[in-house]
Amino acid sequence: MRPILMKGHERPLTFLKYNREGDLLFSCAKDHTPTVWFADDGERLGTYRGHNGAVWCCDVSRDSTRLVTGSADQSVKLWDVQTGTQLYTFNFNSPARSVDFSVGDKLVVITTDPFMGNPSTIQVKRIARDPADQTSDSVLTIKGPQGRINRAVWGPLNKTIISAGEDSIIRIWDAETGNLLKETDKESGHQKTISSLCMSADKSHFLTGSADKSAKLWDSRSLTLLKTYQMDRPVNAVAISPLLDHVVIGGGQEAVNVTMTDRRAGKFEAKFYHKILQDEIGGVKGHFGPINALAFNPDGRSFSSGGEDGYVRLHHFDPEYFSIRM
Amino acid sequence: MAAAALSMPEIENKAMNLGIDLSTIDFDNIVLPPGDDFGINSDDEDILHEEEAPEFETGYGNVIVVDNLPVVSPEKFAKLEGVIRKIYSQTGVIKEGGLWMPVNPDTNMTLGYCFIEFNTAQEAKEAKEKTDGYKLDKSHIFVVDMFDDIDRYMNVPDEWTPAEIKPYEAGDHLQHWLTDEKARDQFVIRAGTVTEIFWNDARQVRPDPVYQRQYWTDSFVQWSPLGTYLATVHRQGAAVWGGKSTFNRIHRFPHNQVKHIDFSPGERFLVTYSSQEPSNPRDTHRVVLNIFDLGTGKLMRDFRGSVDDFTTGGSGGLSGISWPIFKWGGGKEDKYFARIGKNAIYVYETETFILVDKKSYKVDNVVDFSWSPTDSILALFVPELGGGNQPARVSLVQMPGKVELRQKNLFSVSDCKMYWQSNGEYLAVKVDRYTKTKKSTYTGFELFRIKERDIPIEVLELDNKNDKIIAFAWEPKGHRFAVIHGDGPRPDVSFYSMKTGGITARVSKLTTLKAKQANALYWSPAGRFIVLAGLKGFNGQLEFYNVDDLETMATGEHFMCTDIEWDPTGRYVATAVTSVHEMENGFHIWSFNGKLLYRIPKDHFFQFQWRPRPPSLLSPEKEEEISRNLRKYSKKYEAEDQDVSLALSEQDRKKRRSLQEEWETWTARWKQYHEEERELRLQLRDGEASDDEGSQEQYEAKEVEAEEVLDVHEEIVD
Repeated sequence: MRPILMKGHERPLTFLKYNREGDLLFSCAKDHTPTVWFADDGERLGTYRGHNGAVWCCDVSRDSTRLVTGSADQSVKLWDVQTGTQLYTFNFNSPARSVDFSVGDKLVVITTDPFMGNPSTIQVKRIARDPADQTSDSVLTIKGPQGRINRAVWGPLNKTIISAGEDSIIRIWDAETGNLLKETDKESGHQKTISSLCMSADKSHFLTGSADKSAKLWDSRSLTLLKTYQMDRPVNAVAISPLLDHVVIGGGQEAVNVTMTDRRAGKFEAKFYHKILQDEIGGVKGHFGPINALAFNPDGRSFSSGGEDGYVRLHHFDPEYFSIRM
Repeated sequence: MAAAALSMPEIENKAMNLGIDLSTIDFDNIVLPPGDDFGINSDDEDILHEEEAPEFETGYGNVIVVDNLPVVSPEKFAKLEGVIRKIYSQTGVIKEGGLWMPVNPDTNMTLGYCFIEFNTAQEAKEAKEKTDGYKLDKSHIFVVDMFDDIDRYMNVPDEWTPAEIKPYEAGDHLQHWLTDEKARDQFVIRAGTVTEIFWNDARQVRPDPVYQRQYWTDSFVQWSPLGTYLATVHRQGAAVWGGKSTFNRIHRFPHNQVKHIDFSPGERFLVTYSSQEPSNPRDTHRVVLNIFDLGTGKLMRDFRGSVDDFTTGGSGGLSGISWPIFKWGGGKEDKYFARIGKNAIYVYETETFILVDKKSYKVDNVVDFSWSPTDSILALFVPELGGGNQPARVSLVQMPGKVELRQKNLFSVSDCKMYWQSNGEYLAVKVDRYTKTKKSTYTGFELFRIKERDIPIEVLELDNKNDKIIAFAWEPKGHRFAVIHGDGPRPDVSFYSMKTGGITARVSKLTTLKAKQANALYWSPAGRFIVLAGLKGFNGQLEFYNVDDLETMATGEHFMCTDIEWDPTGRYVATAVTSVHEMENGFHIWSFNGKLLYRIPKDHFFQFQWRPRPPSLLSPEKEEEISRNLRKYSKKYEAEDQDVSLALSEQDRKKRRSLQEEWETWTARWKQYHEEERELRLQLRDGEASDDEGSQEQYEAKEVEAEEVLDVHEEIVD
């Protein structure tokens, strides 16, 4: 089907997130206002106004009532999804890079950038059922990794936190004590900045994308390297299909390296790979700029991509997609 | 230090005993007798020993000895010194106090020789070259030697001893790669700091590694013309490598700062080139060319001079030289090499390494020349002179003897370019002429049939005379050529044949392909097939064309492609994006008919080169016979192909199956964990229906009517 072009952001996209039912799509961009769309036809439902800087990441609670957003304005905000009102603001002394709700939505893990002498941190906050009871105390603060931590997510059963970032090492932390449990080694790990991390639906494995032009699939309990998908461009965004054994990987040359002669030069396609065989299935073109964000609808029948060009492209798969034989 | 032998209090005691007041002694000013350390090691020395000893200019490379000077009395000493100083400051800068003329202490007369020290060895060499044999007057002819050489001459033993004959050692099998059972070809690539050699295994659709080495070369690598050697280039010189299983170094060719290398076509000689910044910025660059024998590694001859001596007349432009400086002629025997100079061509023969007939070949105002690839025939181009009074001319000259075989005068010419067909049968001269107004030029071709009696010349003009010629290429070993011509973004490609029509052969056009995105032509080395390529501005459009049947076999694209090279057999084509820009670096291998076989991305990709093959040993008759009975031969290979492809697909299937099985064990484990953790998850979610059941959960669509009071407005109704 023809992709639906969703023009609502004025700046490059940074993150995309579907709610559990797959009827809403949340998008974050550098233009300060996260936006919610109908995931079916791409109609814009509303925006969340209040941030004063680029919004890097968001997550939505399982019951689609709460939205949490992390922004470069050094705050993480909690929103009411339906009304768009701000419920609470966590303030930090450096930009917030990533947010992720735990199973049960009672905890949220936040990463902050190194800034003005402050090192990067991973912090866990408790989310109160009633926003009136909300406090800004951190349950746990982890410091240690060098450089930006681009993503931190909850492992299975909220027992672990998995983080990845500029130092190109993936680490698994104990979510209770903050102890480092496992980390990737030089041989199997990424060689350059890890830009993105995406959990499978059952949290058993996850996919990471890196500037070293590869994406890797890992076991989230043992941190075993399962698969490597070799690309010919830096990877900015990854997503795992919940329905088929597919992964989608997007990226592109950095804007500074792109010649203006031909859009093919930048390799701004979203590439589909077979998750098990690691073979390329195909590509979806369209963005005029690197792809910064990718997300699969939880039903696996559509996906959306967000680019440096400020567009969100919503793709519903054609029937042929479901009968691809490898 | 002393502390190692005596402690401080002990020293104080001893000093007290000796009646020395230690406080009055400045320790830093104590000087021990030289060469004696009193058994105390200086810590300064340790540091010196730890570090690597710095390299000093030890030789006397910058000193020359001038002999055969007049023997003069002290009164005339200053005058003679002045004269010598004058002569030698022309060639270089004499160091301060660098001129020393020894005097016989008994007679106070000079000894008839002097030493001169220059700033650099380069200047000393130049001084030796320029003034050796200089006539000061009738009885005083200078004999100049390098100071370093004197030692060498002194060491020559007076008695001749027979040279030691080393026992014969079997050399490595340098042609081993040609015996490959699958008749594959090799290629070398350079990416980053690694140089790698591969087999092109088209059946397995992948390259098969042969050898790789990091930091193998400082700048580039180059195969010799018959593929026997691979040359690497280093700061200290060039080296050639080859051998049966790995690449062993066969010879080293010392040449400091070597910049370019060139093999003779028959692999007998190697030419190396370097140029050096002048010490005085007003001077020109100094150029050194060495010619080595490839078989023995011996230096056969060197040429030195200023860069101007080697650029005159050439098309090299103002500052650069056009490489190769020496062009090789006389076919595969490498009989001659020649370079162009001011109003002359210098032709050397490789028997003696001196000029043919001991003098250069004078041709006034010659600007360009080229050898026939197979015969000892030179083609020369002399441009128009005297404002058009003397026409430009192209002439063919036989070597040795310098017999002019054919000459053609051309009028109102702006430029000429010569293209030889690879068998030396035809020569095409592309002539750019001025139009009548002299404001623009148009192009025509003069076609020489070298092998026919009297060398007939034919003039070919394009259908549209004003078309620009973008590319021209002869079919290797064939009688056809292709031309890309036209203005604007989509030029035309025309094919011509030299072999049509009756007894007197005439050139005729075969076809013109209109509006192609092409700017470069790549004929298969076996002829018949050609790749029309659109490089650079055309983003790598490729068209594989069959000239026998005049049809396009396939079109393709290698986005941003910069280089194209056919393998030496004409079976495969390599297209590469080299590191002229950062992106898309790597290479693709295509079959001759335009099927993309495989692609290899490589960052910082610098070079791709097929290993050349020596010419086939089969006679033309035999080749004819094989091509007639091709079916018989091909059966065997087709069967082999089938086997390989079956094995490949079997392999592939196996691999897939094992991957799938491996994956299933993982997912089984994950499922198990997931089940086990169900209860815990339920707790985390406060007993809310669990997660995996998302798809099974029953939704009920309910229509909810909600009323919202927007505004209450009271109005009094009368």
